[in-house]
Amino acid sequence: MDHKFTRRGFNKLVLSGIAGSTLGAFGAATPLFAAQKHVVVVGGGFGGASAAKYIRKLEPSIAVTLVEPDSTFYTCPFSNWVMGGLKEMSDIAQTFDILKNRYSVDVIHDLVTEIDPVNHSVKLKGGKELKYDRLVVSPGIDFKYDAVEGYSEEVANTVMPHAYKAGPQTELMTTQLKNMKDGDNVLICPPGNPFRCPPGPYERASLVAHFLKKYKPNSKVIILDDKEKFSKQGLFMKGWQRLYSDIIEWRSGSMGGKISAVDADAMTVETEFGPEKGGVINVIPPQMAGKIARDAGLTDSSGWCPVNPITFESTIHPGVHVIGDACIAGAMPKSGFAASSQGKVTAAGIIRLMQGKVPAPPSLVNTCYSLVAPGYAVSVAAVYKLTSDGIVSIKGAGGLTPMDADDDQLSEEAVYARGWYRNIAQDIWG
Amino acid sequence: MAGKIASWLAAGMIGAAALSGCNPQSSENGGNAVQTAAPAEEEFNPRGQILALSCASCHGTDGKSEGIMPGFYGKSQVYLENALKQFKNDERYSTVMGRHAKGYTDEEIKLIAEYFGWACQQTTN
Ligand SMILES: Cc1cc2nc3c(=O)[nH]c(=O)nc-3n(C[C@H](O)[C@H](O)[C@H](O)COP(=O)(O)OP(=O)(O)OC[C@H]3O[C@@H](n4cnc5c(N)ncnc54)[C@H](O)[C@@H]3O)c2cc1C
Repeated sequence: MDHKFTRRGFNKLVLSGIAGSTLGAFGAATPLFAAQKHVVVVGGGFGGASAAKYIRKLEPSIAVTLVEPDSTFYTCPFSNWVMGGLKEMSDIAQTFDILKNRYSVDVIHDLVTEIDPVNHSVKLKGGKELKYDRLVVSPGIDFKYDAVEGYSEEVANTVMPHAYKAGPQTELMTTQLKNMKDGDNVLICPPGNPFRCPPGPYERASLVAHFLKKYKPNSKVIILDDKEKFSKQGLFMKGWQRLYSDIIEWRSGSMGGKISAVDADAMTVETEFGPEKGGVINVIPPQMAGKIARDAGLTDSSGWCPVNPITFESTIHPGVHVIGDACIAGAMPKSGFAASSQGKVTAAGIIRLMQGKVPAPPSLVNTCYSLVAPGYAVSVAAVYKLTSDGIVSIKGAGGLTPMDADDDQLSEEAVYARGWYRNIAQDIWG
Repeated sequence: MAGKIASWLAAGMIGAAALSGCNPQSSENGGNAVQTAAPAEEEFNPRGQILALSCASCHGTDGKSEGIMPGFYGKSQVYLENALKQFKNDERYSTVMGRHAKGYTDEEIKLIAEYFGWACQQTTN
């Protein structure tokens, strides 16, 4: 091994010399050196946890505090598998123990209620105040409940789940599916673009159909779509034709798919062609950046956060980086994979900025697997680079599972989908 | 339009070093890509690092895979470079990897392989 005396090597030496008793305790409250740089991360989901881990991994001299209200994070990826009866809630539960113990991230389970970009500090609901040199904000999405008349957070929590943040919402919809009368229909109502996980509602329709085929053979899935087309449409349609031809019905926006109101007592949704009754009604409302990003003035009129595409630093508030679903990232979809990719690029960028060096131009990736049935998955992939038009996907790379993929390939993709989940969860929280 | 990229870089660089490392040049993937030459004293190429960080989302941190995806931790630079080029040129069967590998120039593939070669020599933390 090369024993060249590098800066990184020097940091390691310094740290190992004094770390013995202080490992796990280099939180903001007790900086090791007066000059130690401190990054605060808001949100422990796909974007935030990736940024926190990678800053600590790549540059252990920087202290990182991660603020996340929940001590268990349930991933949206694979939550549709739970509804289909293919996974348990415990399979999609991630915790912060390894970030705390192995990477010495100071994890605080609390909610950030205020960001002060001028004084570089955040306030927590529990009363604490944290100072930062740089802030990373990855709060995910919130819903525009008032876009659908009669819908509200309360209706979502009790009668018509969105199931678009995993956890209790996933459990509610899974239980409703189990209890639904055979012969009743499941309505899935996806919003217009842009929204979190473009193929999500259609993977959901597939796995709900898989469940119905087995347990409620007289029931159907009706997708009431705001849009005229959707992600991986050809591949989904082909799979539905093969497996669920008399179970899944998709109505585009112009064919009566648009919904304007819901009636939680009557269990109906209002379409342009009249009311539609459902046994389970899944309303996925239009979305915007999470509340804290809006409260801090990090959003523009679109409801999302504009950022510098090299470091994901807000173009509104210097020193604050916004990643994940909340940010505007050019051609990248709002996916967990994309959020994690942005989190790592931001980690590397913040380290370079703190060292007074030029951040390297970003290279970003995304792959989204969708399970159509057990042993049958399709995927879309892309590699992104920065051009003068912002973040664009590289032509000639990426793309979809071929339309003529044979059964072996589709079943291989299903195996890889599981492998992907395991490794990305490990790369972020493990 | 290189001016716009320079302004993004400049925005990120308030109070940091000069922009002399930024060297926009066209690439075989259609021009306008931004490249940053590594200053000579770097221990690793930062561009290689940025490119390489992507791999972990499917193959595990540092290429240490826990799932079915092949891990590549500890593989040599030459092996990685050849494998990536084979995926890129459809000389090696894959479901998704070929689609990814086509997103990188041969030079970028070399940087990725070099970075993992370097990273593997560091004690992981
Ligand atoms: C059904 C479904 C299936 C999906 N499947 C896939 C898939 O297969 N692959 C894929 O790549 N993506 C998938 N996604 C998308 C993926 O879940 C999101 O894109 C991803 O979670 C975005 O990451 P994020 O960090 O922006 O937000 P999140 O992962 O939602 O994390 C945000 C975190 O911030 C916390 N937070 C919010 N406000 C505050 C505050 N004020 N203070 C402190 N913490 C706060 C929240 O508690 C939360 O933990 C799916 C989504 C859905 C709904």
